[in-house]
Amino acid sequence: MSGNREGRGRMSRSDTMETVRKGLRSRYAAERRFIWYGRGAIAVALGFLVLLVGSILIKGASVVTQTHIRLTVELPLETFSKNGVVTAESIGAANYVGLVKSSLRDLFPDVSGRRDKRALDSLISSGAPYELRDHVLANPELVGQSIDIWLSASDDIDMLDKGYIDRDIDSTGRRVTDKQIGWYDKLIADGRLERQFNTTFFTSGDSREPEQAGIWGAALGSFYTLMVTLLLAFPLGVTTAVYLEEFAPKNKWTDLIEVNINNLAAVPSIIFGLLGLAVFLNIIGLPRSAPLAGGVVLALMTLPTIIIAGRAALKAVPPSIREAALGVGASRLQTVTHHVLPLAMPGMLTGSIIGMAQALGETAPLLMIGMVAFIVDLPGGPLDPATVLPVQVYIWADSPERAFVERTSAGIIVLLLFLVVMNLSAVMLRKRFERRW
Amino acid sequence: MIKKVVLAASVAMVFAGAAHARDQIQIVGSSTVFPFSTAVAEAFGQKTGFATPVVESTGSGGGMKLFCAGVGTGHPDITNASRRIKSSEVELCAKNGVADITEVKVGYDGIVIANAIEAPAYDLSLRDLYLALAKDIPTEDGKWIPNPNKTWKDVNASLPAVKIEVLGPPPTSGTRDAFVELAMEGGCKTFGWVKDLKKKDKNAYKTGCHTVREDGGYVDAGENDNLMVQKLTSNPDALAIFGFSFLDQNADKVKGATVGGVAPEFELIADGSYPVSRALFFYVKQAHIGVVPGIEEYVAEFTSEAAWGNEGYLTDKGLIPMSDAERAEWSASAKGNAKLSM
Repeated sequence: MSGNREGRGRMSRSDTMETVRKGLRSRYAAERRFIWYGRGAIAVALGFLVLLVGSILIKGASVVTQTHIRLTVELPLETFSKNGVVTAESIGAANYVGLVKSSLRDLFPDVSGRRDKRALDSLISSGAPYELRDHVLANPELVGQSIDIWLSASDDIDMLDKGYIDRDIDSTGRRVTDKQIGWYDKLIADGRLERQFNTTFFTSGDSREPEQAGIWGAALGSFYTLMVTLLLAFPLGVTTAVYLEEFAPKNKWTDLIEVNINNLAAVPSIIFGLLGLAVFLNIIGLPRSAPLAGGVVLALMTLPTIIIAGRAALKAVPPSIREAALGVGASRLQTVTHHVLPLAMPGMLTGSIIGMAQALGETAPLLMIGMVAFIVDLPGGPLDPATVLPVQVYIWADSPERAFVERTSAGIIVLLLFLVVMNLSAVMLRKRFERRW
Repeated sequence: MIKKVVLAASVAMVFAGAAHARDQIQIVGSSTVFPFSTAVAEAFGQKTGFATPVVESTGSGGGMKLFCAGVGTGHPDITNASRRIKSSEVELCAKNGVADITEVKVGYDGIVIANAIEAPAYDLSLRDLYLALAKDIPTEDGKWIPNPNKTWKDVNASLPAVKIEVLGPPPTSGTRDAFVELAMEGGCKTFGWVKDLKKKDKNAYKTGCHTVREDGGYVDAGENDNLMVQKLTSNPDALAIFGFSFLDQNADKVKGATVGGVAPEFELIADGSYPVSRALFFYVKQAHIGVVPGIEEYVAEFTSEAAWGNEGYLTDKGLIPMSDAERAEWSASAKGNAKLSM
């Protein structure tokens, strides 16, 4: 190559053409090869993505339904009344566990012996009595009647019905005994067992029983946390970016600030958690496990991302726009708020949403402030204890019950949906505000 | 303008937060007790009108640190532990004003050494475990040598000639602590001169008996026990160390080795004949009783027969219950808010 360059000056025109022609073929070949490398790289990346999402979808899709058992429950007046009066309190105090157990045993009158009875009881979810209670509380006119009600089956029966437990293998060590499979078959034959839409999963909080566990609590927690993050980080980030880019003098101090902001963006997130514990919880006294504290910590974490993206967006606005505005007599603030900021907004929004998406997936900083926790009640606001989606996925992945495997995957799907919605809104906002010049 | 309002709102929220009183119990501590504690918390929330307690899994040591940090609603009310509280922790508590603590023993947890269901069954002694997993092992003539054992056959001629590969929890885990203390030290003590060493040079004894090998025989598999079960099914040569509840839930995929001839079965752990089992506890901050609603009721739920009894829901989660007499004793002392004394 180097010899070629030296000789170039002395080459005649036809020599040059000859050299070009000789090299042409290999240059085209190199280009084609490169295109194929690129396509190959995309194919590999897509392949992994399909594998990942596919395996999660296959494992998690079955969570949409949940096995239910139809029981005929007698609701005798005397169980639900105190001194002959039926009140909400007396309904709430009735022995629902006993009611559910006895109506299940009525279906299999020939089951005797303590061990067998216990095995029979475990067909139905331990949360079923509370489902019955809520149903009766909502419909007090049912007291005194005999009702048919669909109640959740236990996780083992659910796994059996969905085919995750192999009924053909040797029964030692299997979670479901041969006897239980016999009862299960009879329930199906009687039309008393079917899979229904799993409302619990989409409407309730966490639970130790897989069939009672839901993702809604964590989704609400993520929502509140991100709201706090957005409310804090977006205005602070945009103001900082505008000041640094449009107003601040260029000197050592602003250089120092810039270096620090860039460094802050690279700080591992657990450090922010430690800071949150030390400052927000111990000194300011924010409640532990609350989305408010989590949101503040995540806001600190996303702030640098928003500032850096915001500054890049402001830099991309052509100087001619500023000059024109100043030229017709606008003040510097007017120039920024009327002209520069609206033009930079799409870029800033994209940066913010990328930052928020990052915050959505964080668990490490939340560990220190108590949001990695088992929380059943749905949070009613940013001050109630809550957990977030990735934490919920982690907690389920760590639970021994087999049925949590599908819930883990389903949790990941919900998390991914959240991300897709956020990214879509970024694209739409950009489309909406984008202006070309 | 909008920004100002938002900022003001955020500041207001921060101060509102500072004044927020807590109406749900806060529980921290051991990841081993976590599955049981959460089950009780949930049942407690469903049965009573109280808010469901918030349970965090911080590890026994981390839980004690948070628990002992002080009195007031900013600090947890209860901490779970897979070992007894240490005297240093009691001192830390006392220093921070946490004077009166109630100790409640919950039950037992067996630590199992499991492998894939289709792999050969192992019958291990504590000495086998120690010789397979220690970094240095003692010789009969009173010296420590680097562990030369590569296969299980090297350890004990009756075991299969399979490479030693044991997946286990990391050093931060309470399960690892308990395994080292119960199994490894138990095996280590079978050497007569090492047992005598305990009185003469405690540090040398501890280093020799408690140090796990780092040459690949023992693999840190993280805290996720589900992952270990998956790894066992894909590698029939490997063994893994985890809590009994994971064996119980996955008995169609993995099986537990017998230790000293005793199988890791429910009844055998409960009566104490399975050698690698430990007691689980939780500790209640008495100063919070009456301040945070529901603490006494939560303790009552945990210590009720429906929960920790022989057929209670905690046994479904893998807890090994105490004997009837022990349960009666601990539930009485819990009800009376007996103060912990070391």
